[in-house]
Amino acid sequence: MIFLNFFISGISLGSIYAIIALGYTMVYGIAKMLNFAHGDVIMVGAYVCFYAVSRYGFNPFLGVVLAMAVCTLLGIIVERLAYKPLRQAPSLAVLITAIGMSYFLQNTALLLWSSNPKVFPSVIGRGAFKLFDGALSVSHITALTIGACLVIMVVLSLFISKTKLGKAMRACSEDKGAAQLMGINVNATISMTFAIGSGLAAIAGALLCSAYPTLMPTTGALPGIKAFTAAVFGGIGSIPGAFLGGLMLGVIEIFAKAYISSQLSDAVVFGVLIVVLLVKPAGLLGKMTQEKV
Amino acid sequence: MSEPVLKVENINVYYGSIHAIKGISFEVFEGEIVTLIGANGAGKSTTLNTISGLLHPTTGGVSFLGESLAKVPPHKIVERGLAQVPEGRRVFAQMTVQENLEMGAYTQNSQSSIDEDIGKVYSLFPRLKERMRQTAGTLSGGEQQMLAMGRALMSRPKLLMLDEPSMGLAPILVEQIFDIIADLHKTGATILLVEQNAQMALSIASRGYVMETGKITATGTGQELLASEEVRKAYLGG
Repeated sequence: MIFLNFFISGISLGSIYAIIALGYTMVYGIAKMLNFAHGDVIMVGAYVCFYAVSRYGFNPFLGVVLAMAVCTLLGIIVERLAYKPLRQAPSLAVLITAIGMSYFLQNTALLLWSSNPKVFPSVIGRGAFKLFDGALSVSHITALTIGACLVIMVVLSLFISKTKLGKAMRACSEDKGAAQLMGINVNATISMTFAIGSGLAAIAGALLCSAYPTLMPTTGALPGIKAFTAAVFGGIGSIPGAFLGGLMLGVIEIFAKAYISSQLSDAVVFGVLIVVLLVKPAGLLGKMTQEKV
Repeated sequence: MSEPVLKVENINVYYGSIHAIKGISFEVFEGEIVTLIGANGAGKSTTLNTISGLLHPTTGGVSFLGESLAKVPPHKIVERGLAQVPEGRRVFAQMTVQENLEMGAYTQNSQSSIDEDIGKVYSLFPRLKERMRQTAGTLSGGEQQMLAMGRALMSRPKLLMLDEPSMGLAPILVEQIFDIIADLHKTGATILLVEQNAQMALSIASRGYVMETGKITATGTGQELLASEEVRKAYLGG
C-alpha cells in the first residue's frame, strides 16, 4: 500500500512535469527553439494566483484563471519582444536569449515580490480522500493534479488533431515555408503556441505550489529544467511524449526519493535520462528525423 | 492588350551579397501557361519565391491582378489567389493526404466549398483518393507531386505557379504530370511553370522565358523557343 501511495504521488508530480513539458515541446516543435524562460512563467503564474487569492480574496479557481490570462499574455509578449526578432538568427543566439529571459523574469520577480518565500494557499484545501480504511490516502490536490493533467491531455490532443488551428500548428512544425505557401500566418501560429504553453504553465504553477507550498522567484527554475528533461525523455516535439516523459520522470523521482536516497533522487532522474538517450537518442516517442528524397 | 494577371517589373534580388536576380521583367496573362526555363542556379526558384513574398526584391516590384505585392506578407498573397507548388513538393509528410488538402484550403472559409474542392482534387487525382488516410510521407514521388498540386489548387488560385514539377520523377510520371498541367490549362487555369525540362515545358507553354544566371536572355512563344537554335544548343541537347 505504501508502494501505491508513492506511485500516486509520483504520477501527481509527473502530471505537473507533463503539463510544463507540453509548453517546452510545443514551442520546440513549432519554433524549433528551447524556451528556457518557460519555467519562470510557472513562477509568475503562481505569484499572480497567490496575490489574487491571498491578497485580494479571489476564489482560488478564479485566481488560476487570472494567472492563466496573465501568463498567456506574458508568453505572447516574451515571444514578440525577445524571440521574434531572432527568427533568422542562429539557434545559439536564441538559446542564450532564452536563458537571459529566464534570469530577467526571475530578477523582475525578485524586485516586485522580494526573495521572502510566500506560503501558497492550496487551490483546493488540504483535505484527502481516504481509501481502503485509511490505508491509502490521496490528497485532494493530488487527485486534482492528475485529473487536470488528463483533461489537458485529451483536450490538447483533440485540438491538435482535429481543429484547423491545430493542423496549422502541425504544418508549421513540419515546414514553415510550405505552411506560408498555404496561406498560414506562421508568426501568428508561433504566437499562439507560446500563448497555449504559457497558459498551461500557469495551471502547472498553481498545482505545483498547492502541492509544495513555498513560493519564491526561483520556484519555477528546477521544475522547469526537470520538465524540459521530461520533454526530451519522451521525445521533444512529441505531445504524447511530453506526457509519458513527465509521468515517468515524476514516478522515477518519487521512487528514487523513497527507496534510494532523497539527496540522490535528482541524480537518479538525470541518470535515467542519460541511459534512455543512449538507447533511444530521439527519446521514447520521438521520431528520428529522416531526410526524404 | 488586357491587364496581365502577374507583372514582374525589373526586380533585383540578393541572397546576402549574392546578386541572384538581375533586373528581370515578365508578364503572365489570363489563361496562359508561361514557362520559365533555365539551368540549375539560373534563379528560377528565387523568382517564384520573390513573387510568393518569401523573398523581397531590393528594387523593382511584383503586381498581381493590378495590385502591388510589395509589403504584402506571404499568407496574404495566397489569400489574393496566388498559389505556389514549391520545388521538391514539400508536402506535410506526417499529415495525411486529406489533411494536406485541408491545409491547402487554409484561406477558404466555407466548409461546403472545401469539401467540394477536395472532391474535385480526388477526381483529378484518383490515386490520392485511394490514399486519403495515409500520411503524405508514405506516398511515392509522383503521388507527392500530385498531392502538392492538389493542395495548391485547394486555395482556388487565380494563378498557379509550379516549381520543377518533373524533378526526380520517372519519364512516364513526368508525362502524366504534364498532361495534368495541360488539362488544368484547358479548364481555364493560368499557370506559371518553372522547369529545367525545357522540351516538356515549351511543348505545352503559350509563351516562355529563358533564364541564365539571374537574367532573362530569350523570350518567345513555346514553339519559337523550341525552334530557336540558341535554346536548342543550351537546353535541349543540340
